[in-house]
Amino acid sequence: MTATPLLAVDHLRVHFPVRGGILPRHSAALRAVDGVALHIQPGETLGLVGESGCGKSTLGKAIVRLLKPTSGSIRFDATDISTLSQRALRPLRRNFQMIFQDPAESLDPRMSVRAILEEPFIIHGLGDRSSRRLEVNGLLDRVGLPATAGERYSFEFSGGQRQRIGIARALALKPKLIVCDEPVSALDVSVQSQILNLLVELQRDFGLAYLFIAHDLAVVKHVSDRVAVMYLGKLVELAAAETIYRDPRHAYTKALLSAIPSPDPKLKREKILLEGDVPSPIDPPPGSAFGHRMGHPRYAESIGADLSLAQIAPDHWVAADPCCISDEDLATLRRNGASPC
Amino acid sequence: MTAAPDILLEVDKLITSFETDRGMLRAVDQVSFDVPRGKTVGIVGESGCGKSVTAMSIIRLLPQPAGRILGGQVRFNGIDLLRASDAQMQATRGGDIGVIFQEPMTALNPVHRIGRQVAEVFRIHQKLTKRDAWDAATEMLQLVRIPDPARRMMDYPHQLSGGMRQRIVIALALACKPALVIADEPTTALDVTVQAQILDLMRRLQDELGMSIILITHDLGVIAETCDEVVVMYAGRVVERARADALFEHPLHAYTRGLLQSIPTLDTPSKSVLKTIPGMVASLANHVHGCRFCQRMGRSASVPNDRPQLEQVTPGHWVETCPQCYQP
Repeated sequence: MTATPLLAVDHLRVHFPVRGGILPRHSAALRAVDGVALHIQPGETLGLVGESGCGKSTLGKAIVRLLKPTSGSIRFDATDISTLSQRALRPLRRNFQMIFQDPAESLDPRMSVRAILEEPFIIHGLGDRSSRRLEVNGLLDRVGLPATAGERYSFEFSGGQRQRIGIARALALKPKLIVCDEPVSALDVSVQSQILNLLVELQRDFGLAYLFIAHDLAVVKHVSDRVAVMYLGKLVELAAAETIYRDPRHAYTKALLSAIPSPDPKLKREKILLEGDVPSPIDPPPGSAFGHRMGHPRYAESIGADLSLAQIAPDHWVAADPCCISDEDLATLRRNGASPC
Repeated sequence: MTAAPDILLEVDKLITSFETDRGMLRAVDQVSFDVPRGKTVGIVGESGCGKSVTAMSIIRLLPQPAGRILGGQVRFNGIDLLRASDAQMQATRGGDIGVIFQEPMTALNPVHRIGRQVAEVFRIHQKLTKRDAWDAATEMLQLVRIPDPARRMMDYPHQLSGGMRQRIVIALALACKPALVIADEPTTALDVTVQAQILDLMRRLQDELGMSIILITHDLGVIAETCDEVVVMYAGRVVERARADALFEHPLHAYTRGLLQSIPTLDTPSKSVLKTIPGMVASLANHVHGCRFCQRMGRSASVPNDRPQLEQVTPGHWVETCPQCYQP
């Protein structure tokens, strides 16, 4: 890797204590994110896909430090933010922002849109009243809302317009990275395309980097330069967007891709139907989680093996999992040795 | 006019309104379509276009007292359901017509065991004894491929995953071997992998039991994969209706085209500008008599104020023939 990445995440773990029994004692850990490594270049979109409960939202929240990681490092512009205190984080926060799935829940209904958009400037002590006013007007215009929208309240807007407000708020302090957590899943298709166009346009104009979390794989492919696939707290495959859709190597990626319904009745693809559901991240199987779900005959081999991502081809990483990739790929990975991404 | 023998359900000029603070809102405005026997008909459209209200009008499960059916006919097996007695309707719902709701957690009672809820359908509709109903319910769970059904019968809904709960709701809907199943966004709350399982299950059960399905969804991908015929709704009206292959290949209405073009597919070039439909679904409150999609596109002034007719332009392909929106 030549350029210094904007964001470099390494060995990241986020575990939640699970309390059980009559006495509230710590009995187990829910391993929401369990050893994730990834990096994002300036101006790049990394898509993150996986089923619900796989830990993708937790990973996104940990990266912008809305959650405290259990271990591992998050280097943003070469500063490790994973252990910084809230106070030390504050001046850095303007560089990384987040857009949430449900704009209705992430906007305060008692604040006018102007107050919502002004708040970041006030918190960071930027500008005076009149300059803030101009900034907010500029933001509203940038996301395609009329200046009069500032005097209204978020609940007066439709879902798509609310998401525009959420985007404007994230954009306010000119961040370098925005974590978008399912930004269009709650929207109708015609509005979804408006928001996707806006996100792509803003990226081009401001050189933003996105971590784009979604479960709709067609949407993710549309906006992403590279795509990471997550399963039960771990990444199982990461590659350029085109590559991962054209040439998936991991069995889980293949199953996920085959499950997307295509809006073309002539295209009858062979579906890989998965049995059962994502296993619980409390007490996950010791070896390959996906191999375990499939009842794979070589599951025993995966216990104790290193299942982290390794490079299989230029710009293509896959977990060296004997249950989930071909023997040929496995041999290549073993020959190449460790080459973390 | 009598229904052709291969038509199970005929919805004819159905009108449903809701009483609100702002007066009567017409949520379903003269909707007509047929459901052939053993086939799947999809109803697609954006939120608020009247898909669910149409379905709930068919089985007369509208929110009361606000929802009212003001006109039209719904002929099911030759009976007009809109004029059937309440007792007749109760026997039909869950009997000849099964319903699958979107959110399985709200469709199931959280304080009763799965077994009791599935068995209840047999107790009510087929007057089975407790023991027979329990056995029949276990069999249903087997049919919807729930592993270890005898044990699952003793579980409460919260003990099951979303996909398993949706299978239970399907078991409830299919319990009495209905001739028609109405599935309202059955997979919207589920992951794609689980969605694929559920759609595959519904398809296989349809082959085994020969029922017709009305599938309501906003996902055109789901429509393309499962439906024989498609009804496209916009602002309470049917704007286009055709066989699925014809609709996807030659959409004739501007709204259908807009919907199809606005979704990114795996073949869309990365980060290209997606086509959009300006504005949002028309509010039912400012009702116009003329073409409602022209209203959204801001063309109201330039089009005649007459409601465009839904016409059959090629065999089996119906479209609202607004001079602006109908593009042959």
